[in-house]
Amino acid sequence: MKIKKFTLLTILSIILALFMVACGSDEEETTGDDQNGNGDSNGQEEAAGDNGEATAEEGSLEIFSWWTGAGEEAGLLALIDLFEEKHPNIEVVNAAVAGGAGTNAQAVLASRMQGNDPPGTFQIHGGAALNTGWVAAGRMEPITDLYDSEGWHDKFPQDLIDMVTSDEEIYSVPVNIHRSNVLFYNVEIFEEHGLEAPTTFDEFYEVADALQAAGVTPLALGDRESWTALHLFETILLGSLGADGYNALWTRDLDFDSPEVVEAIEHFHKFLTYVNDDHAARNWQDAAQMVAQGNAAMNIMGDWAAGYFATDLELEPNVDFGFVPTPNTTGKFMVVTDNFGLPKDVENPEIVKDFLRVLGSVEGQDVFNPLKGSIPARVDADVSKYNAYGQQTIEDFREAVLTPSLAHNSAAPAGFVSQADQAVNIFVASGNVDQLVQALQTAAEQNIQ
Amino acid sequence: MNLSKVSSDKLLPVLFILPSIVAIGIFVYGFISWTGYVSFSNWNTLTPDLSFAGLKNYLFLFNDYRFQSGMRNTLFFTLFFIIGVLGLGFFLATFIDSNIKGESFFRNIFLFPMALSFVVTGVVWQWLLNPSTGVNLLLASLGFESVPRWYIDTTILFSFPLGQIQFGIPIALLSVVIAAVWQMTGFSLAMYLAGLRAIPEEVKEAARVDGATEFQIYRKVIFPILMPITVSIIIIMGHISLKIFDLIYAMTGSGSNFVTDVPGVYMFETTFRGNFFGHGAAIAMIMLLLVAVVIVPYLIVSRKGDS
Repeated sequence: MKIKKFTLLTILSIILALFMVACGSDEEETTGDDQNGNGDSNGQEEAAGDNGEATAEEGSLEIFSWWTGAGEEAGLLALIDLFEEKHPNIEVVNAAVAGGAGTNAQAVLASRMQGNDPPGTFQIHGGAALNTGWVAAGRMEPITDLYDSEGWHDKFPQDLIDMVTSDEEIYSVPVNIHRSNVLFYNVEIFEEHGLEAPTTFDEFYEVADALQAAGVTPLALGDRESWTALHLFETILLGSLGADGYNALWTRDLDFDSPEVVEAIEHFHKFLTYVNDDHAARNWQDAAQMVAQGNAAMNIMGDWAAGYFATDLELEPNVDFGFVPTPNTTGKFMVVTDNFGLPKDVENPEIVKDFLRVLGSVEGQDVFNPLKGSIPARVDADVSKYNAYGQQTIEDFREAVLTPSLAHNSAAPAGFVSQADQAVNIFVASGNVDQLVQALQTAAEQNIQ
Repeated sequence: MNLSKVSSDKLLPVLFILPSIVAIGIFVYGFISWTGYVSFSNWNTLTPDLSFAGLKNYLFLFNDYRFQSGMRNTLFFTLFFIIGVLGLGFFLATFIDSNIKGESFFRNIFLFPMALSFVVTGVVWQWLLNPSTGVNLLLASLGFESVPRWYIDTTILFSFPLGQIQFGIPIALLSVVIAAVWQMTGFSLAMYLAGLRAIPEEVKEAARVDGATEFQIYRKVIFPILMPITVSIIIIMGHISLKIFDLIYAMTGSGSNFVTDVPGVYMFETTFRGNFFGHGAAIAMIMLLLVAVVIVPYLIVSRKGDS
């Protein structure tokens, strides 16, 4: 009896202790916040109590991204170093989530945003991903005042600012630009067969036929992850419809079952007859590698492939690999841009704004982009810091017409992109034009307002 | 005095299970109900919209090419996976049980794959069965003219149109089955080996004395005794294969024309790439129902057996 009572008491006290630990951890951190926050600023303290993370006013800033690859991580770390140099009291938390071309990160982000626990700032592609996503959901603060005070309105191209503007308010800072309509080719193969890099559809077919006749795979594709096929498709849409026609698709001024789009899809179909047999087993790096190793002549990919060629495979631009805009898109620039904005209900918006200031500065952009292999979004960055490919692209970026990328969520809402992605995946195997047209048209009706 | 004794006797067990009941109540059943609720809502963008949508999400899925492909693949994957695990596991167990030399060596060899996670298995077999490298190089050097295309083969065997899709056996899926069987055979091997060791030699002797052939001994004596083990293996493997995600995601992805897609992968991608939270929740509920169809009868039968 005595023993039993003793056991009972012990168990009770253990359970109690456990509960206290579980509940207490939150409280402790919150009080910690208060202590740290004291004397610095009183305004944000109320908000800080809410989430109880270790993000006190002068304490820390959490940066959320999917930058974990070699070059991009180096770029992010260099940015963080620059920020810490300017704000030594603020500790930066690098909350990067790897994998799935950003899908894993988006999953984590969605649950954190919906759970009212937003990171200080997060990576997002400019355009529809931002505007029809978290901005439409009412979870972002406008930062137009930051553009006013920093004088950024004429430092970024107007087309680009338009991509991150909703209802007259600007919501994010573009940190880099990638061009997605680039055709990379193996210089040696082209010289050996006496070919010129194609700039129109007809030239492309001519070159591809010649290569095929010579026993060389003309076009490398790696659509194990199906966005690469959608990526190829968007460059053909742009080439076939022109920038105005392409943009009209996203405002529903041009239907997917119109003859123009059907013609573009037929081009796409023809392109697919030139690709390597084992495309479904490769990812985009494997496809780029085929060109690097001379197993295929051309590859259509965003210019992160230029970074892959130059950094990972140590190839020389214009010597080992050449690059031109994809067929019929000379003077057009398909934009993929990484942006950071200010979520609602963050504990310390001023710290986030400090970080955004660094991101938008010439210094910040020139620290990040050469490492990442992208070009700066600002028009006044230091050209000499970039390699031959980067300098050429910076020049094109200043003159070309900018269009938002479909495959990278800038042109249309995520719902449309994922359904288009599925429809294209089926099309690559089936080649059924009508089915693709219908699927795209239905997806547009359901997802694009 | 007496009263306090009774109450403390009853209180103690309750206290022991209370934390887990509360935790399971919230984190399992609470969230299942929430997912069920979302699956009947219009929440298909980043903005939560919990207005009632009826069966809209379910109807969308049942008419959807990708979902139909996923269900077809799950059916055939489950079928071949279970047959493979049972057959190979039993064969190896008999082999090890036959007093061979180096028994523990073989047992460990066959058990080791179980120590890996599905992700590792997926990555390894993705390389092994890569059509342009991997085992195909071996086959080619052995003089085979045409090598299999493994998991990128879009052929669907014995196919006929059904709903939106071609219904039949996708060849690409067999590569995934090979990887899954390779990993999980150790489990059925261990179960069967324990079962075989538990069969008393006298029973088999008695059958032999009665003039039974080896085949008859297996059919009439060993198989019936091993039946409960077989059912357990089917249940455990069945719920793994109905929910499979990691192996497919690491090894093949959803595949060209969705020949290796499964509902789990679709659920993840449609929810977090397409922001179709309603569709994702509906897929989750359908998967739950599928697993329940397998598990619940088993639970009922095993409860009856206990009492």
